[in-house]
This record gives sequence, C-alpha cells and structure tokens, in this order.
Amino acid sequence: MKDTASLLITALSAIKATADERTLDQLRVDYLGKKGELTELLKELGKLPAEQRPAAGEYINEAKRQIQNALDTRRDIIVEKALAQQVTKETIDVSLPGRRQSPGGLHPVSRTIDRIKQLFESVGYSVAEGPEIEDDYHNFEALNIPGHHPARAMHDTFYINPTTVLRTHTSPVQVRVMEHGKPPFRMICPGRVYRCDSDLTHTPMFHQVEGLLIDENVTFADLKGTLADFLQNFFEADLEVRFRPSYFPFTEPSAEVDMSCVMCSGKGCRVCKHTGWLEVLGCGMVHPSVLESSGIDSEKYRGFAFGMGVERLAMLRYGVNDLRLFFENDLKFLRQFN
Amino acid sequence: MIFTQQWIREWVDFDLEPEALISQLTMAGLEVDAHGPVAAQFAGVIVAEVVNVVQHPDADKLRVCEVFDGEEVLQVVCGAANVRSGLKVPYARIGAQLPVVSSEPGVSSSFAIKKAKLRGVESFGMLCSAQELGLAEKSDGLFELPADAPVGKSVREFLQLDDMFYEMDLTPNRGDCLSIRGLAREISALNNLDFCEPVIEAVQPTIDDVFAVQLTAAEQCPRYIGRVIKGIDINVETPLWMQEKLRRCGLRSIDPVVDVTNYILLELGQPMHAFDLSQLNGGINVRMAEAGEKIVLLDGKQIEVQPDTLLITDQQGPLALAGIMGGKHSGVNSDTKHIFLECAWFDPLAIAGRARRYGLHTDSSHRYERGVDSDLQLQAIERATQLLLQIVGGDAGPVIVCEHTVPTKKSVKLEIDNVNRLLGMIMSRTDIINILNRLGLVLQSSTDTSLQFVIPSHRFDISIEADLIEELARVYGYDQLPVTKPLVRMNLSPSPEGSVSPERLRERLVTLGYQQVITYSFVEPSLMAMLRPDLLPVPLQNPISAEMAVMRTSLWAGLIQTLRYNVNRQQARVRLFETGQIFLPSGDLINQPDMLGGLIYGSRLPADWSQGRDAADFYDAKGDVETILSLSGEHDKFAFEAQKHPALHDGQCARILKSGLPVGWIGALSPVLQRALDLNDKTFLFEIELAAVMNSRKPAFKALSRFPEVSRDLAVLIDRHVPAQAIRSELQALAGEHLTSLRIFDVYQDDAIGFEKKSMALGLTWQHPSRTLGDDDINSIIERCVKGLEVKFNAKLRN
Repeated sequence: MKDTASLLITALSAIKATADERTLDQLRVDYLGKKGELTELLKELGKLPAEQRPAAGEYINEAKRQIQNALDTRRDIIVEKALAQQVTKETIDVSLPGRRQSPGGLHPVSRTIDRIKQLFESVGYSVAEGPEIEDDYHNFEALNIPGHHPARAMHDTFYINPTTVLRTHTSPVQVRVMEHGKPPFRMICPGRVYRCDSDLTHTPMFHQVEGLLIDENVTFADLKGTLADFLQNFFEADLEVRFRPSYFPFTEPSAEVDMSCVMCSGKGCRVCKHTGWLEVLGCGMVHPSVLESSGIDSEKYRGFAFGMGVERLAMLRYGVNDLRLFFENDLKFLRQFN
Repeated sequence: MIFTQQWIREWVDFDLEPEALISQLTMAGLEVDAHGPVAAQFAGVIVAEVVNVVQHPDADKLRVCEVFDGEEVLQVVCGAANVRSGLKVPYARIGAQLPVVSSEPGVSSSFAIKKAKLRGVESFGMLCSAQELGLAEKSDGLFELPADAPVGKSVREFLQLDDMFYEMDLTPNRGDCLSIRGLAREISALNNLDFCEPVIEAVQPTIDDVFAVQLTAAEQCPRYIGRVIKGIDINVETPLWMQEKLRRCGLRSIDPVVDVTNYILLELGQPMHAFDLSQLNGGINVRMAEAGEKIVLLDGKQIEVQPDTLLITDQQGPLALAGIMGGKHSGVNSDTKHIFLECAWFDPLAIAGRARRYGLHTDSSHRYERGVDSDLQLQAIERATQLLLQIVGGDAGPVIVCEHTVPTKKSVKLEIDNVNRLLGMIMSRTDIINILNRLGLVLQSSTDTSLQFVIPSHRFDISIEADLIEELARVYGYDQLPVTKPLVRMNLSPSPEGSVSPERLRERLVTLGYQQVITYSFVEPSLMAMLRPDLLPVPLQNPISAEMAVMRTSLWAGLIQTLRYNVNRQQARVRLFETGQIFLPSGDLINQPDMLGGLIYGSRLPADWSQGRDAADFYDAKGDVETILSLSGEHDKFAFEAQKHPALHDGQCARILKSGLPVGWIGALSPVLQRALDLNDKTFLFEIELAAVMNSRKPAFKALSRFPEVSRDLAVLIDRHVPAQAIRSELQALAGEHLTSLRIFDVYQDDAIGFEKKSMALGLTWQHPSRTLGDDDINSIIERCVKGLEVKFNAKLRN
C-alpha cells in the first residue's frame, strides 16, 4: 500500500499548490475521476490477497476522502480570493455624481399658492379659476363698484376696450361661481391679476388668492378666526394678528389685516416701516348687494371674503427683498426654491 | 388730507400723545400715512425790529442793520433785499440753534450762530428767512413778521410752532373726514368728547347786489349758493395765522381770496370758488357741456370738454369745470375789486371720474367725488364772507340760494339681532344707541327688536343696516370683537378620477428637469408677430410700456424671452415650462384657453463627467411630451403629425392631435428665428392645451392571460418619407387582435441602402387569452403584414 500513501502525499501537496479553479478541476479528474489514479488503485484491489483487501480498500477510500476535502477547501479559498479580487478591481469613486436628468422646480409663486391651497383645502374649500380678460360687469359692477365709483381709481385698470378689462382681482371668479351655483360656498380663487402700475414695489401683473365662505351662520368673528388661523399656519409661527377697519365696495364691514412683522418679531424694522406690523390681507363680510347681484338671498345667507397678494406672502415667507425678481425668471433665483 | 394738532384742538379738546392718536385713528379705519413736527427744530430765535439800515462799506449786497431785540440794539449784517427799517423779523441771537436743511426726511441736525465779521464789519447774530427756519422749502428774502409781532418774544412761541402734522390716507367712503371739522368730529366720537363746532353767524348784507343763477342741470347740481362782495382790497397780505394753517396742511398762500376759499375747504370740507365779478357776462348757468366747448383752466391748460361734464357758465360760455377747477379768465387777480363767491352741492356721480379723464386731480374734485355734506353750503358761504370781510374788506350782498331737490336725511333701520348675526357678538341696545349717537346718528323710533336711526347729512356713506353694524364694530374696536371658527356642514368635495391634477402634471415636468417660470401675459408685439404671424394679438388700450403692449397668443413668447435672459447670464442648458392662459381673438370674442408650454435648449443631460455631451433633439422634447400625455392613461389617443408652423423648423415640427383634433404643437425653433433671436443652440418648443392633457381615463381591469407571449422581429426597407406612424398604424391593423406590443427598435439610413430609403426594424409581440399561439398562427399573420406593407408602402422585407 505504499503507492497509495505516496499518491496521497503527492496529491495533497499538488492541491495546496493550486491557485486556480481549472487546475483544481484537473487534479480532481487526475486523482478521483473515472480513470483517476486512486480509481485505478481500487480497480487493482482484486489482485491482492483476500485478507488484505478490506484494509487496503479502506485505506484507499480514506485517501479519496482526504483528497476530496482538500479539493473542497482549496476551492473555497480560491473562490473567495477571486471574488475579493473582483471587488477590488471593480471599486469605483462613489463620490462622483450620479447619472441623471437634473430636476427642475416650481416657481416660488406657484409654491406659495400651493401652500395656501393646501391649507384651505384641508378644511373643505374648493379651488375655482376663471378668465383673466374680464367684462366690466364681473370685475366691477357685480362687486358693487359702479362706473364712476371712486374705488375704481384704486384699481389702476388695464383696458382692452371700454367694457373689457384685464381683471384687477380674482373676485370675478367668485361672482361667476355664485351665479352658477347654490350656497353654501367655500372656495378660494388663485390667479393672475393686473394693475397698470410699475415701480419698485408694484409689478403690472401679480397673483392673488381670494377666498369666500357663504353659509347661513357666518360672522365677522369667524372671519377673524379663519384668517388668524391661516396666517399662523402659513408662517408656522405664533403671530399676532390685528384687524383694522377699512373699505372695499364689496364688503361691509371691511377690514385690513396686519400681522406682527415676521422679520423683526414686531420690534420694528425696515420691512414693517418700523411699525412692527405688516399689512397682509384685505377682508370683510360680503356686501348684501354683491350677494343679491348673484342671486343669493342676503337675508338668509351671509359670508365673508378675503384676498391676499401671493408675491407679498412669498416675499415675507422666503425673505425675498425685491418683488421684480419673481418675473425676471433668473434661473439662479428660481433654483433657490427647488 | 393733512391736519395739525393745534387746529383740530380748536374743535375738540383731546389729550393724546401723537403715537396714541395715530394708533387710535388707524384702528378706527382712518390710516395715518405720515406725521411729524410742522417746523424744524430751532432755538434762540426771537422777534426783533430793524431800527436802522445802512449800506455795508465794502460789499454791495450787504447791509449793516441795527436791530432791537427788546432789551438792546445790536449790529447785524444782512444780505436780504427786503431788509428795511421798521421791519419785524425773526432774529437768531448769538448761541441760537438753527436747523441744517437735510435732503433726508426725518434726519435733523442744527448749527449754532456765532459772532462773526462780514467783510470787516462785526455781526451779532442773523436775521432769518422762512427757509432758514425750516418753515418753507425755499424763500425769497427775510420772513416778514406782522407789524404787531411782540419784540423779544420767542418766534417758536409767537408762531406756535410746537405743533404736529398728520397726513391721512383715507378710504374713498370717508369723504366726511376730508376736513378739520370731519376729523375733529371723528376724534370726539372715538374719545367720547365734546365736539365744539364754532358758531357761524350770518353776515348781514350791506349792499343789495345780487347775481342771476340758473340751474339747467338741476339733477347734477341741486344747490348753488352765491354772493356778491364789492370793493375788496385783494392786495392785502393774508394774515399770518391763516397762512400758517394753510402751510401746515400743505397749501401755499396765493392771495387772500383764494386763501380764504382754501381755508374753508380745509376747515369745513366745502370746496368754494370766487369769480372776478367784472369778468362775468350775464347770469350764472350750471349746465352740462355742449359738444366742442373749450375752456382754459386756472393752471393755463386748455381742454375740450365732453358732454357728460358739468359746467358753470355765463352767457359767453364756460367759467369753470364744476367741482374740479375754475377757468383762467374769470378767476380773481391782483386787479380784482368785486367778486362773486360760489358754493355748490353737486351729485357725486356728476363729478366722479371726470377730473381723472382730463388728467386733473384737485382738492375740490377729490372731495366732490367722494361726497360733500349736502347741508353745509350756507354755513360755508357765511364763514367765508366773514373771513373775507375781515381780511380784504368790502361790502357783501345778500346770499343768493338756488336749489332743487337736495337729498333729505336718510334713516336706516337696525334689527338688533343682526348685530350678533353679523359680528358674532351680542351688543346691548344701550351700547348701540350710545355709539351711534356719538357719531351723530339720532334714534328716530324703536321697537323691541329694532332701532331706526336718522343719518346726519355728512355720513352719506351710511345707507344700509350693514353700514350701521360696521360703525358699531369700528367704534367698539375690531380687536375687541370675538374670534371664532366657522361651523359648517362637512360635505365631502367631489374628486373626479377622470382628471389629472395640475400638481401632478407640474410634478412630472419637474421630474423631467423643467423649471417652472411665470412670465407676463402681455408681451412685445414684434416678438409675438415672429412667433404667431398668423394671429393678430389683442392689444391693450393703455399698456404700461411698448414691450408689454399685446396679450400673448402663445406661451412661447415668454419662454423665449426667459431663455434669452438666462442665456445672456451664462446659462448653457435651459429647460422651462409655464402654464397659463393665452388670448386668442375669435370674432368679437376672446378665447382664453389654459396652455402648457415648454422649451428645451442645450445638452440632453446636464454636462458632467459621465454625460451631457449630446445636444438635445426633437425626440427629447417629444419624449417629454409623451411622458406628460401618458399621465392621462390615454396616450394612444394622441398622434404627432408632420405639419408646418411659422415659428418652427419645417422639417422638425409636428401638430399634436388628440382623437384627430389639433391640441398643440411641437418642434424645433426655425433656423430663421434662431438666428434673429441670436440663439447659439437649437431650441425645442412645445405647447399644448391643458384640457387635453388633464382629462384622464379611469383604469379598467382586463383579465391576464396565462399563456406565453410570442415575439417576432421584422425589418423592412421603405421610402425615407414614410412616417413611422403610418407603418405602425398599418401593422396594428394587420397584426390581429392579439397583438400586445409593437415597437420600432431600429431605424437606419445609409448610402448602401440608397439615399431615398430607410430600414426600419420592428418587434411584434402577441399573446392569446386562452391558448398558446403556434408558429402557424404567427407565420400567417407575418405574411399578411409583409404583404400589406408591400402593397401600401412598397416595403421590401430585409433579411
């Protein structure tokens, strides 16, 4: 059985010296294959005397097991090493930027309108839109602003012709909704509006969101509550809010709403002209004539309306210091809001 | 409207610090726009008398004066031309502090007067002009004080300069507060103080002269009051107290007659006018203008009057634009001896808007448009007469009153419960009556549930119950009113599944790399004409500038302007979108569809280490549009058809169709425009009706097949002008109902296959719902397809 022993030693050292899977496979064939050397030895067992056969057979089988184990172990080592090498070879700089389309973004005015919409939609206001070229009736008459009303001077109107204008507010949308529906109403109307005015603090086009709630038991106290709630949620701050009497032809009573300055927390700064207050909204209880013009029983129904300038809210919310930036559309400006 | 603390305190004795007064008025709806001292800070300036004046020995323009300050006579060198012996002037003693005129408002500083030598002559102090005391923007010579000014008295004290002015920004409904009287009344009501209205006594006529007045336009001018005053001396100086009151309220002294009418305007809120009686021909007639009438106004401007304008006329023609401005030739001047004083009440509607139309805005029109107390005219003319006789002398004739139907006092009923219904707060009957009484409203009658008030003539803005409730809220204090949240029925809002929300659409565009922009709806006509020469845009009658003169007929105008703005600021890659209305004239109407517009420029992907070397092309834009269209779940309804658009490249331009109807355009900006607009790279544009994108399909389930799919590829050689869409449509029609997908996986053009040809490879996949499709099934379909393409497009199968 000397052959077996030396064969085993030779095989084990050959396996140990092997560095790749293919050579290992060949060794397996060479020793353990159908015509392998150990297989040949087993075939020759018959030539031995009968009493020696079991021991010799056992010895050869033991040699086969050892070689198989050595092959398996060696294979594991080789595979592990190869995979490790592959990983090393494939290592990349993960700090390089990914391959992609660069994302765009929403205009800050859009973002602000969305925010206002979300807040009001969360309590059941719907959103209505309408034409920007309006007739005199919907922009003025139906809102209790007849032809020679001095309030018309407050609206620097763009005219298409004497009876057609660029809407000066989004209130005409509310009129249109009221004309075609039945109370109760709860809606906000965002959109572009136009005033013939252009300087540091005015652009000839800007955005408004106007709101309207009409129901049987709506009070000025509800209006105060709604708008304070809105401003505090919009600015995510516990702002002070005050209501000042004012005048709009379509509301009675009317109010301007001031909130404590978000820039200086009401201490007084350039933005609030050192008053500590910022005028941010106009509002009031819907004038009975406005309800009646739209066919709503003003004895039964009451309501409140409010309006806000979107750019102004955006400027205060994001600290933008120049209104005109919104319409220059400089990508460097717009991308700050992405 | 500007008022001063001193003047208003003649009418109501209030004791509030300026900040408290401002806050009170603001919270009562009378906004204070500005406030400040009526004079700059100065000290050590007293009334002095010039007792002697001699020429300076060494300077032509200087005089050496002896000035008596009440204690001693001092030598002062003065350069003013009007210095003369006997003159009383403000004298700044050695050590006096004078203001430094600063261009920045609110900033004040001062300098001290020292003993000086002017050209060798000693001067002990300085004689002052109004400008040097900060009382006028500019003055010509020394400030001449009245002859009775007490020598030695502080000028601040003598002129009562420790006074504040307040500039009001009044809402148009509060015309009643455009006077000292009105504001005093309001302050008295807010503080519950007495309102001390001076008693205005009638001036007894000393002559019989009258002047005929006729009201042809009696509806527009229901009351016209006049009075003749003869023998006046218009060349006397307006008393200093009146000049000072006018000055502090922002009016310049002109002559004593005009000053008195301005004074009445400020004091009572009643505009008045004085005509030179010698310039009037025949009686006064208040009538509407006739076509073509012209008038030269006091400011020298000639206007042609329109027929809806109310005029004060005499037999020769227009004398004044009623309620707006007097005419030049009939106005008072330095030769005027006799005047006709007028005071009228016009219907606000007869005045409103007229001044603005003629480019005018006067103190008078401002008040008449908002409304003037209809009960004030008689008082005003008596008060004016009284002041005039005191100042310019003369004899007044009797008051001539010509009136028709002047509005009577209204009364308005208040249901007590409605206060609670509107304000959300119960207010007691007593509180209601008390507040409204303070505002001059008088309880006329009452029941258990309601109160009826007579509205005073100056509160012409109050006409309905809601007005009364507003007054209650205002005086009670808006901030004192309760705060609640509305209680409403919780109806769910409809949420149609068949529409794509604008948020979702915008989010998709953002993901595709587009930046939203918002551009003006009015654009430059020439740019609009380049982009849509086929459409005449709607022009604005009063554009803000020539660059913003027409309404956009396509969103591309704004997008291209934005592109150019950014390209000029080193942006090499731009992707923009905008949503908004465009304005398409259609006969007499204007269609205003909502559109989605987009633009891409520069590389396909942002330039980076791994990408960004390829320029974007038509298919990038189209792919993005297709992605947007797929939001609807109905992208198979859309088709792109090669058509021509004036702004787009003839060979890279398609009309977007939905169910065969045009809904938009896509293409490369035409090379002509690219050149004209000075753009280096190709620009791709699309614009599509938002409604077409936003309709969507409610998903509907179809049973899944358990049987395997079968795929075959097909390569054909066709004429290069045959659109892929035609091949697709044909195959869809021929490949049977079980075709589940059809894609074009290669398009190839090469000289080897001929310049006029292209090779197109298509992959078709079928799946049967209830059995496995065999080779026989597919072979016969393929055969049909190949034959069909050959017949229709002369297509040759490639191997």
